[in-house]
Amino acid sequence: MDLNFGATAWMLTSASLVLLMTPGLALFYGGMSRAKSVLNMMMMSFGTLGVVGVIYVLWGWSMSYGASVGGFFGNPFDQFGLDGAIYDGAGEFLIDGMGVPGIVGVAFQSTFAIITVALVSGALADRVKFGTWLVFAGVWATLSYFPIAHMVWGGGFLSDSEGGLAAMIFGTTDGAATVAPIDFAGGTVVHINAGVAALVLALIIGKRKGFGTEPMRPHNLTLVMLGAALLWFGWFGFNAGSAFTADGAAGLAWVNTTTATAAAMLAWLLVEKIRDGHATSLGAASGIVAGLVAITPAAGSVSPGGSIFLGAIAGVLCALAVGLKYKLGYDDSLDVVGVHLVGGLVGTVLIGFFGTETGLFYGGGAQQLVVQIAIALAAILISGVVTLVIGLALEATLGWRVSEDVEVAGIDVAVHGETAYEALPGTRVRSSDVSTTSAAAGRATTEVNA
Amino acid sequence: MKLVTAVIQPHRLDDVKAALEAAGVRGMTVSEASGYGRQRGHTEVYRGAEYQVDLIPKVRVEVLVADVDAISVTEAIVKAAQTGKIGDGKVWTVPVEDVARVRTGEHGPDAL
Repeated sequence: MDLNFGATAWMLTSASLVLLMTPGLALFYGGMSRAKSVLNMMMMSFGTLGVVGVIYVLWGWSMSYGASVGGFFGNPFDQFGLDGAIYDGAGEFLIDGMGVPGIVGVAFQSTFAIITVALVSGALADRVKFGTWLVFAGVWATLSYFPIAHMVWGGGFLSDSEGGLAAMIFGTTDGAATVAPIDFAGGTVVHINAGVAALVLALIIGKRKGFGTEPMRPHNLTLVMLGAALLWFGWFGFNAGSAFTADGAAGLAWVNTTTATAAAMLAWLLVEKIRDGHATSLGAASGIVAGLVAITPAAGSVSPGGSIFLGAIAGVLCALAVGLKYKLGYDDSLDVVGVHLVGGLVGTVLIGFFGTETGLFYGGGAQQLVVQIAIALAAILISGVVTLVIGLALEATLGWRVSEDVEVAGIDVAVHGETAYEALPGTRVRSSDVSTTSAAAGRATTEVNA
Repeated sequence: MKLVTAVIQPHRLDDVKAALEAAGVRGMTVSEASGYGRQRGHTEVYRGAEYQVDLIPKVRVEVLVADVDAISVTEAIVKAAQTGKIGDGKVWTVPVEDVARVRTGEHGPDAL
């Protein structure tokens, strides 16, 4: 296949857009956390950029798209370190079926792995050891994200493959499932996966001290809105980029993404106005993300009209779902469950109704709905079990929580040695720590601890 | 000498400052404060979780005056700060034993 310059340019742009979502998420989450722990919250996203950004090229790509092991994950040693994923035998860049170099596909997919892991951190505000989080990020990406990406997008168990779940339910036609599961850009792989992991970790790690009794209101709503804006912008790469070329399908995904998101924001605000008396900025930012999440699996298979309903339903259900943690008593601090798990389920399942080719409302019968529910439940089960094992193993070894004193005083100072805002009078350079030593090369180096 | 302290609505500060200048007051200290009186605070809701905000933003104005000026300065502040709504604030006066001007070292009424 010849190189398609337009498609390649769009996929490089999309990869860059999706990468921007993780710093955007850091702002979104950081603004919602308390002033004493905003840096830790943001560092969990940035730390994920570091860990997953490295392991993706080592075994992340292999485990997602390498030779399948039973349909559940790719063999990590097939294309380990991208060996054989970049060049063909003649030393030319490999080009995929869309005319896009394989290495550009690696770039695009790596950004999905990073944001998915970072999403989980929203459940863990104020109280988790940074080192444990970094280890979790690598292990969970390896055991949950890469395998589920393989199952859904890499031709595995949750795809339309002959041995897959959908094929088991309604049989096969011409070597593929008769009713193919639809997850355009990651309703199961990204959002259900991250939402379930957040719920399991919140249960293992436990509540923040004072959860439900002490005020834990967002400390900076302008950061939250800036983060939501960057997420929306980056999501065009996420969804329209998931067309894997620059064509009408990408345009449809773009329009559906914006329409559903706009509708979800309005729906969330309406719920707030009726229930609480005010349409809030936090509600607008939250509704935006709920809509983006819900349209993610459906962006390629619903009409813009259908995406209005899909987004609005997601906005209402997510706005109601974020209150559940207080009733059920789990501290999913920044509502990863209420927004990503619920929004991901809404989007994945509603394809069974609103899908223009196979949905119930378009005369497609109930088969697509059944398949969508099946892959959603399978993703919940796989992510839940894997996260439970990892979470408990880390609890027994490294330990998850910082001490209560650190949590109360603020994790930023103790764990990162910084404060986000307080410029305390009386701060000075510790002159006794300014030491001049001769380095091996004979050049003087100065260390200053301020 | 007296210290007149006023805790007022932040948006009345400019009028109070102008009224004090018109009354001949040549210096004051203004600081941000928070508190509540009879109006209590207000309620905020974040993702459905309600918070009662008791302490609301106020501005504190402090003026050192000669004994004879204390009442007129108080009245000037009250008149300028008044909106008639609950939450307008309070003004009070306390006696001051001594005042020193740092630049010159003067003491007492000369330092005002």
